[in-house]
Amino acid sequence: MKALSQSRRHPLAAVALLLLALLVTGGVYAFASTANEAKAQTTSFSESDVEEGSKLFVANCASCHGLGASGTDAAPSLIGVGAASVDFQVGTGRMPMQMDGPQAQVKPVQFTDQQIRQMAAYVASLGAGPAIPGEDILDPSEGDSSNGGELFRVNCAMCHNAAAAGGALTRGKFAPSIDGTSPKHVYEAMVTGPQNMPVFSDANITPEDKQDIIAFLDTINEQGSPGGADLGALGPVSEGLFTWIAGLGVIIAFTVWLTSRSS
Amino acid sequence: MSSSTATPAYEPKTSVGKVTNYVDSRVGGSAMVKEFGRKIFPDHWTFMFGEVALYTFVILLISGTFLTFFYDPSMAETHYEGSYLPLRGVEMSVAYASSLDISFDIRGGLFMRQVHHWSALLFVAAVAVHMLRVFFTGAFRKPREFNWVVGCVLLIMSLAAGFTGYSLPDDLLSGNGLRIIDGVMKAIPVVGTYLSFFLFGGEFPGTAIIGRLYVLHILLIPALILLLIGIHLFMVVLHKHTQFPGPGRTNTNVVGYPVGPVYAAKAGGFFFIVFGIVAAISAAFTINPIWNYGPYDPSPVSAGTQPDWYIGWVDGALRLMPGTIGAFDFEWNIPFPWGVNTLSLNVLIPALVPAGIVFMLMFAWPWIEAWVTGDKREKHLLDRPRNAPTRTGIGVAGVVFYCVLWAAASSDLIATHFLVSLNDVTYWLRFLAIAGPILGFMVARRIALALQRKDREIALHGRETGRIVRLPHGEFIEVHEPVDEYKLYRLVSFDSPEVALPAVDANGKVGLPEKVRSRASRFFFEDRVAPVTPSELNAAHAGHHGEIAEAQDRESIASH
Repeated sequence: MKALSQSRRHPLAAVALLLLALLVTGGVYAFASTANEAKAQTTSFSESDVEEGSKLFVANCASCHGLGASGTDAAPSLIGVGAASVDFQVGTGRMPMQMDGPQAQVKPVQFTDQQIRQMAAYVASLGAGPAIPGEDILDPSEGDSSNGGELFRVNCAMCHNAAAAGGALTRGKFAPSIDGTSPKHVYEAMVTGPQNMPVFSDANITPEDKQDIIAFLDTINEQGSPGGADLGALGPVSEGLFTWIAGLGVIIAFTVWLTSRSS
Repeated sequence: MSSSTATPAYEPKTSVGKVTNYVDSRVGGSAMVKEFGRKIFPDHWTFMFGEVALYTFVILLISGTFLTFFYDPSMAETHYEGSYLPLRGVEMSVAYASSLDISFDIRGGLFMRQVHHWSALLFVAAVAVHMLRVFFTGAFRKPREFNWVVGCVLLIMSLAAGFTGYSLPDDLLSGNGLRIIDGVMKAIPVVGTYLSFFLFGGEFPGTAIIGRLYVLHILLIPALILLLIGIHLFMVVLHKHTQFPGPGRTNTNVVGYPVGPVYAAKAGGFFFIVFGIVAAISAAFTINPIWNYGPYDPSPVSAGTQPDWYIGWVDGALRLMPGTIGAFDFEWNIPFPWGVNTLSLNVLIPALVPAGIVFMLMFAWPWIEAWVTGDKREKHLLDRPRNAPTRTGIGVAGVVFYCVLWAAASSDLIATHFLVSLNDVTYWLRFLAIAGPILGFMVARRIALALQRKDREIALHGRETGRIVRLPHGEFIEVHEPVDEYKLYRLVSFDSPEVALPAVDANGKVGLPEKVRSRASRFFFEDRVAPVTPSELNAAHAGHHGEIAEAQDRESIASH
């Protein structure tokens, strides 16, 4: 301790301190920023995957995303978006995009699982990004659906609706219904933030909490509607319309029948 | 024996008769039954919506009583331990937990909840349709103005009943609704914050509101509704029911069936029909799935949050209101000596102005119309809506206004389901909220006038048969068949007020009120289609009968 206090006026002390500070901040930052990938990284890609993926990319994606995936005016750069992003966008049929619009629409998937994997490998090779999640973190039966429900209501329901039925955003954009979306794609959406969705990093919602959300979605999808047909789970407007059209409609039919004799 | 004038006491022969007589001689019900049982009511399908409202109210009382056995209006915190898995262990209020228990752990509870909520929606809908029927047929006119006002208060009471009930489960959806009410209240200048703190017992949401709403919902409001229903029905009996004009139906009689036995049976049966419909809907369709929304927590707001349909239009108005128009800001920050106070016109205007206009017009309408027509006679015969084109137009404008605002409450659903931009939906609905009622008024009024002209045509020239007859000299004519006398009566016999010229007062001058009244009268009646007069009818029939008879004569000659 004494040596330290004596050398604190050494000409190089400031430099040493600065170096130490930089080292700590850099280290913490590096640790924090890799927290996203570290836990979920389970899939590893081979050289040939990357090579095949590169060919597929040039043939199918490069016209918009640019050679080397560095982006053009029409589409963003894919360097650093990670394998999860490719797996989500291509795996749900959103990419290649059918037409220009406020956001990419779901359509039948255009590639085989292997091709998607190869493209993901190629994009992952361009820069570090969220990886495709492993099976163990996706199993709904391992999650706590009550906790998932709370997280869903706080983080997701304002766009996706409390019953995951979807909702509108500004200027033609929308949050789709998550009814029937596979756990993998739900997870990937959270870590990559596709379209207008924000990224929910592992620092924001831990992988275990993501699994809980998946468990919650799985539970409400599985259970159906306990009270009968749910009219699209769209809330009171659909219930009101149903009252006016079906409820009053049937009642009017009866009133006409009851008074048909004399009028 | 023969000198006695008193009739011998009635001695019933059967045992049922004996019991009945025993009761009657102590209660005196037979006089009432005799009087009321012979009350005549006219028959028309549009006269039954008030009944539907009454029956759904009875269903609400029955199902609501069931729910009170198990519902606990406490905002104390608890952890849910019931059988709905995705909410196990979640922290929530006792009120929400007990609503979940009603839904999942009490036998028949979910069904009764759904019966209660579906019949609530149907109740308000039936009240609304009943009011529209009364409005469009002019049944609010003298001597029924006060009963119309009682009806308006009943409508407001049913909205209050609905809203207080909507909030009771203390789920996320109802909490969001309360939050909006809180916001509207706080937007009221000066007293807003105090009002909100008074209602919620402190800062929103507090721990008092559910208990307070519960008392209003199960005690005060139903009691008021029952009282008003009593007054409403008493006045119906007093004034007698209105009827549509027809042969033999005059302003001084009622043509129809007596209550006993016809209406007693019909109405009794109809109650079970309504109950059956509500039960069938409740068994097959879910309503307000509170388990989806989770417990109330002021931070999350779900997409697609809307109020029930009868409050929806106020929510729609709030959604449509722009915060700024160009550089004009609706949020005013007014500097006072003690600091800056905010006046949130962007909340106040949509929350209070449309409802204020609609309800004021509604309450005042009987007097507005009486003032315009200057007609002081009693009106026991109804108008067909086409025979009062301006009133019909105004009614349709109101309905369109309501529908546009309700549509605005689901602007997000319109956007996602019809794949259009939410912003565009909002712009269009803003335009329609103003232009829609005007267009609706013009179109409905024109249609009513056109129907009146059509009626006139039919009365004068008969029904077009589509039968083309060629006369011997080569002319083709279409045979018109005169309508029978009953139908004719309906076409020619109706009230048709004329434009009233401004009256001159004692000083020989026309005052401003008279000028306004005359203006209004012109607006109401200047396009009036006059009913067919007997002389017109005779002239037309003389001409036509000849023509057709002539044509038919020639036809028969030709076929021989």
